[in-house]
Amino acid sequence: METILETKNLTMNFGGIKALDRVDLDVRQGEICALIGPNGAGKTTFFNCITGIYPPSEGDVFISPPAGKRKRINGLPVHRVTARGLARTFQNIRLFPDMTVLENVMVGRHCRTKAGVLGAIFRDRITRKEEKAVVTRSYAILERIGLADLANALARNLPYGDQRRLEIARALATEPFLLLLDEPAAGMNPRETEALEELILRIKTEEQISILMIEHDMRMVMSISDRIFVLDYGKKIAEGTAAEIWENPVVIKAYLGEEFDA
Amino acid sequence: MDYFLELFIGGLTRGSIYALIALGYTMVYGIIELINFAHGEIYMIGAFTALIVATILTMSGMSGVSVLVLAFLVAVLYSSCYGFTVEKIAYKPLRGASRLSPLISAIGMSIFLQNYVMLAQTSDFLPFPNLLPELPFMEPYAHIMGSTEFIIVTTTAVVMILLTILIKFTKIGKAMRATAQDRNMAMLVGVNVNRVISTTFIIGSALAAVGGVLIASHIGRINFYIGFIAGIKAFTAAVLGGIGSIPGAVLGSLILGWTESFATGYVSSDYEDVFAFALLVLILIFRPSGLLGRSTTQKV
Amino acid sequence: MKRLAELRESLVIALWFMFLTFPILVIQVNTIEKTIIWRWQNLLYVGIGSFALSFVWRYFIGKAAAGGRASGERAEEKTSILQRITADSRFSRSAILLTALIALAFPFLSSTYQVNIMTTALMYVVLGLGLNIVVGQAGLLHLGYVAFYAVGAYTYALLYQHFGIGFWTALPLGALMAMVFGLLLGFPVLRLRGDYLAIVTLGFGEITRIVLENWSEFSSGPSGISEIPRPGFFNLAMDLEESTIYLYFLMVGFVLFTIFVTNRLQNSRIGRAWLALREDEVACEAMGVNKTVAKMTAFALGSTWAGMMGVVFAAKTTFVNPASFTFLESAMILSIVVLGGMGSTLGVILASFLLILLPEYLRAFSDYRMLLFGTIMVVMMIFRPQGIITNIRRTYEYHFERKQNGAPDASV
Ligand SMILES: Nc1ncnc2c1ncn2[C@@H]1O[C@H](COP(=O)(O)OP(=O)(O)O)[C@@H](O)[C@H]1O
Ligand SMILES: [Mg+2]
Repeated sequence: METILETKNLTMNFGGIKALDRVDLDVRQGEICALIGPNGAGKTTFFNCITGIYPPSEGDVFISPPAGKRKRINGLPVHRVTARGLARTFQNIRLFPDMTVLENVMVGRHCRTKAGVLGAIFRDRITRKEEKAVVTRSYAILERIGLADLANALARNLPYGDQRRLEIARALATEPFLLLLDEPAAGMNPRETEALEELILRIKTEEQISILMIEHDMRMVMSISDRIFVLDYGKKIAEGTAAEIWENPVVIKAYLGEEFDA
Repeated sequence: MDYFLELFIGGLTRGSIYALIALGYTMVYGIIELINFAHGEIYMIGAFTALIVATILTMSGMSGVSVLVLAFLVAVLYSSCYGFTVEKIAYKPLRGASRLSPLISAIGMSIFLQNYVMLAQTSDFLPFPNLLPELPFMEPYAHIMGSTEFIIVTTTAVVMILLTILIKFTKIGKAMRATAQDRNMAMLVGVNVNRVISTTFIIGSALAAVGGVLIASHIGRINFYIGFIAGIKAFTAAVLGGIGSIPGAVLGSLILGWTESFATGYVSSDYEDVFAFALLVLILIFRPSGLLGRSTTQKV
Repeated sequence: MKRLAELRESLVIALWFMFLTFPILVIQVNTIEKTIIWRWQNLLYVGIGSFALSFVWRYFIGKAAAGGRASGERAEEKTSILQRITADSRFSRSAILLTALIALAFPFLSSTYQVNIMTTALMYVVLGLGLNIVVGQAGLLHLGYVAFYAVGAYTYALLYQHFGIGFWTALPLGALMAMVFGLLLGFPVLRLRGDYLAIVTLGFGEITRIVLENWSEFSSGPSGISEIPRPGFFNLAMDLEESTIYLYFLMVGFVLFTIFVTNRLQNSRIGRAWLALREDEVACEAMGVNKTVAKMTAFALGSTWAGMMGVVFAAKTTFVNPASFTFLESAMILSIVVLGGMGSTLGVILASFLLILLPEYLRAFSDYRMLLFGTIMVVMMIFRPQGIITNIRRTYEYHFERKQNGAPDASV
């Protein structure tokens, strides 16, 4: 299988803290990978570095989209990274609270559409067609995620679990080849988590989108991940399949004293 | 050479005043990330209060240093109270609101205070008596640096030292630094954040009042609008030095003071305010984090 | 018991404000004539006023806090009666018809003076809607809007003075000039964090006025430029009354045009990006929106509108000088946006009429104008940040006819 995301020596310093310390990581086409580690290990920072929110202090991030060439993307502004096909959700939900559910998803279509100010004012045929396509497509995504009934509700009024799923819907609207999920199951009840698990598997099989997720729910991580990476104090301390990680003494040691969410 | 020195001293004096105001901006910004637009008005209120007190005292026959000291004290007291109240009314209810809300509230407060003073007092310029004494030992240097300038610069220096001691060594100073670094963390370790914020406003306002009395004595007239322009400039100085950084605010103020002094001295005095603004835009283009500011990454 | 505690608290507040306002409100010194006036009655007013207001304040703060806690379900109920009425299409159609009739008949039923005031109010509607693009839609605090208004006005004044260029040619040129200034100012600032924009625009507003005052060779200084012609209509000769009415209708046209444009912008790809930017900058960027471009677009468009109105202003008063472009103007337009509800077209229209016509007809009010604007900004932000009229989000309907390939088809 082809590698679609690769980091080499990725390092991030905040003042004195090394939040990431020479992390090498790779995700292959069609995989579900998990990134785990105790709180403060640097997982979210890893996402921020590859999506351009933080410029990494050292190291490189490469992507090879299924339909394109291998490119180095560190230093690229956030919106350009998204346009290249990486989309993400946030650990602490960051929806657009006063916009409707559908509009939230429609914003995700921004980088795949073109209409400018003149188009908006004159509403020429092309713009109308594009706008219609945006609505159709966004609605279709909501249907697939199971939020279509709530399309016209304000995002702020959604229950917590639905907000998390809306974030995924919004990210899908940008047509990524790799979806980055930051603790998607956080705060969900077991039933919601199960539905989420199913959703993630469906995204992978039906849409051929690979997934890299940060998650604390070990049951979910073990059951759906093809490969798992473990971070501790900014360092990658292990990688492998669920079975390998489960038995790795280094991992167990890192988690000792940390509560398992499993 | 004398002209150069005179401009240099002029810039230093200006810079000192800016520093006294800029510190309030930078401290508040460091703690609640808000441009306190009403800060310039606090400074103006300080100047007005001093003028009122000084006039009453002079007319009742007092004179000399006692007038100065009393006017100073009352001005500092009132400015601090105003600063404290402004925070309670206009900013405290907006903690946790979107970024835009406290900014609009701040500009509203600034407009309100300006017009409150204008309506209650006057829209004309009022002559301000020079409260600062003549110092005999400055006599020989009068053509370069007058007593007033000398007093302004030394007072500012003393105030800066006191402030540094306060922030470095007292309990509240430590709490302020902790809050500036990470408000949630500070709250977790038991810092009373509301108290820290109030204290910051009080200290900032007191410094502004000192600046207000000094500059009013120096220039010799005040009106309700003086806080507005001074506010923009002091903020420029704070940004120049690196917003949130206390030594930065002082450095930025001195550089701004000198820039203005030399530019008006050698280029043109009509455009005094334009130079500060040009400097602000230039910093924002070339070094948005300021001279001594660290470029911080917003936590996501 | 609770009552008693509240009473005591209010008493303390009243005493605090009496103490606080004492030197400024009670004592008035005149350092020239060496007189002191003591206005003790003010102390009483402040005491009673702040005592009463503290109850109102406490009540609303309590309500706001309760609302915030239960925002989940409450949000639905909160849609005001006004909104439900406006949402009713039958009602809104008749309302629009009525407004149109009044607008048409107005100049023929009232004096030139009244028409003039109404024209001014309409200008502020357009300015409000223009600034609303920047502040309300994109969430950028612009405190120097008047500078771009001045750019438009002086563009027309100078073009006429030097080249005899008329209103209709100057109109697009003034708008263009303002846009260019907007882009030049926005470029260095808009890529930085939002609050720098506030201070830079505030500074720019002041600087523009200072330059206009001092650079006499260019702008004729404080005395300004006079005898600027009113807008013409195919070389038709018009007396003062006719041209006032003509200008009024011109402004009605501008208002309609502006409403049309801002509404279309609001419901477009770029409008959604602005809103998203206002709500959460980081998330918005992560969704692929180039925030600098989006902000620049909003800023430049807002400036364009100010420039356009500047040209109209110059033509209306036939005279421009720097004194017309003080911070007061910027503050007034910002209050209109804040009061009207950021992002709401109807709100902005109502707010401009309220804020322009009220001081005009209640003369006693006009001294306290600025005090009112400042209060509006603070109070609205604390109690009703969404403005007098909350903007309702557009909803979309779908008529599904499942096609063979299964893709749903939506009608927009
Ligand atoms: N913007 C920032 N500035 C300073 N320190 C940061 C910043 N972002 C993250 N950190 C630090 O980096 C470390 C890793 O944080 P994070 O990536 O959020 O951990 P995780 O997601 O694994 O729980 C923490 O010590 C955190 O305090
Ligand atoms: Mg995290």
